[in-house]
Amino acid sequence: MKTLLNFIFEPGFFSSQPVLTALFVGGVAAIVSAVVGIFTVIRGQAFAGHSLADVSSAGGSASYLLGINPLLGFLGMAILGAGGMELVGVERARGRDLATGVVFGAGLGLAALFLYLDVTTTSTSGTTIAVLFGSMFAIPSRTELLVVIVGSVTLTILIALYRPLLLSSINPEIAAVQGIRVRLVGLVQMLVLGSAVALSAISVGAILSTALLIGPAATALRLAKRPNLAIWLAALIGLGAVWLGILLAYDSANWIPGHNLPVSFLIVMLVFLAYLITGLVSGRGGIVSAKIATPLRSGRS
Amino acid sequence: MFSGFMLNAWIIASIVAVVAGVVGFFVVLRGNAFEAHALPLGSFPGAAAASLLGINSFIGLAVFAALGVLGINRLGGRGKQGVATALSLVFLLGLGALFFSFTNEYAPAIYSFLFGEVLGTSTSQILLVAFLGVVAIMATAILYRPLMLDSLSPDLVEVSGIRSSHMEILFLLVLALATVMSLPVVGALLVFSLMVGPPAAARSFTSRPLVAILLAVAFALLTVWIALALSYLSDWPVGFFVGSLGALFYGLGRGWMSWRPFKRSPHLLQRSAPAQ
Repeated sequence: MKTLLNFIFEPGFFSSQPVLTALFVGGVAAIVSAVVGIFTVIRGQAFAGHSLADVSSAGGSASYLLGINPLLGFLGMAILGAGGMELVGVERARGRDLATGVVFGAGLGLAALFLYLDVTTTSTSGTTIAVLFGSMFAIPSRTELLVVIVGSVTLTILIALYRPLLLSSINPEIAAVQGIRVRLVGLVQMLVLGSAVALSAISVGAILSTALLIGPAATALRLAKRPNLAIWLAALIGLGAVWLGILLAYDSANWIPGHNLPVSFLIVMLVFLAYLITGLVSGRGGIVSAKIATPLRSGRS
Repeated sequence: MFSGFMLNAWIIASIVAVVAGVVGFFVVLRGNAFEAHALPLGSFPGAAAASLLGINSFIGLAVFAALGVLGINRLGGRGKQGVATALSLVFLLGLGALFFSFTNEYAPAIYSFLFGEVLGTSTSQILLVAFLGVVAIMATAILYRPLMLDSLSPDLVEVSGIRSSHMEILFLLVLALATVMSLPVVGALLVFSLMVGPPAAARSFTSRPLVAILLAVAFALLTVWIALALSYLSDWPVGFFVGSLGALFYGLGRGWMSWRPFKRSPHLLQRSAPAQ
């Protein structure tokens, strides 16, 4: 039994501080992202989610310049971006896409500038990779407390606004008739999206955080018909992918001598695999395909 | 500012801007902004793969762009807007994370693939980019009518005997081509800024498609020219200026829309397409 455990968990896995931090931060990021992701997928906001992630990389890179915790940088820029998109945003789906794109373009410009300044002024050439592709085993200590705060605030908002968020995601017209302030709920949704993205960005990197946001949620929505079941499933899938990814990355030192496989790569592939497999197993189904397809399609023309 | 290597930069950036303006018009019209972002960004790990294998980076880019088109087209269930694109993108980028882990030499290379390396272009590269650019514009010209019709109404295009799903994949291929040619020059992230900002602005000023395309090209050219000049003077990255100027043009367009006295329909096709 002991040898089996040793085989699965390489010695030192549970006593290494960076690993424990990664398990904790990655775990919180996975759960929050998966839950927010359900609403994001239902609303057809995958693009907005990904844009926020890329925009937040400007904050992540600025944090190295300012010497503050990267999570604060990612979070600040993601919240700014979310507010910007909602301000410029138009009601029609396509207008929303454009607004997203333009805020996105400006944010990318900023990211280019800050990364350039990072590389030229602080001589930390690895910053670009750390910000964009993550550095799970090098999360600064004392980030855990911040992660707990951001994660629990986000989840509290989600629980408090569960009904209106869900209803205005599935059918804005009915939500409006029922007296829900759809515009306000939309803003809250964007802000929650921003903090989920920031949490994922410090774990798997800004441009890969979309994997944690969209992957588990889309997989769960294929399997479960009811939203609350889908939320639990998505959180489980996300958590599973992150923890398994960390474990595999840690163990991978023994597979190829002297080379650890990158955590972010493993997590993304696990998430992707889950989506592919459920696609083969379940065929089509889930609430998204049936209820959401019609309004989105007609919104395009 | 106009001598030697800078001259090459001016020429190649102008070619890229023209193509981005033309293709970008359809990106904006069809609501393909996410794809216009995902294809370039998802292709850039291809360049890393190519350099690991020691082959021409254009081949790596082309293979990854093709994978991207395939993924976007195949993965999506009905109506799951953006999910297929998002997952194809992170899959390709995840591979990128793997490639980059094999060597430390990539840090500067990643930066230039993301944000461009306009100043380091050679004359032979100009020829290749010009050739691919001409192909991309010709493809857009050939597809002009069905693309317009399909963007206006997917049902109508089916009636005229063209499959709407075919148009989607054909357009993605044109997008992939534009991506491959412009990526090494202006970078994965800036292709997108050029393809969305200027055309979106152009659409606010006119409701005629051809005028809008010309305006989009003009705005895109202005954007890269100003960005190059400012970047030369300030030593700051071109990408910063391209991104900000793109957003600025869009802001001007939106301002114009709400200010002008006679509000015409912002939906250009409903009026002008039948007259074409």
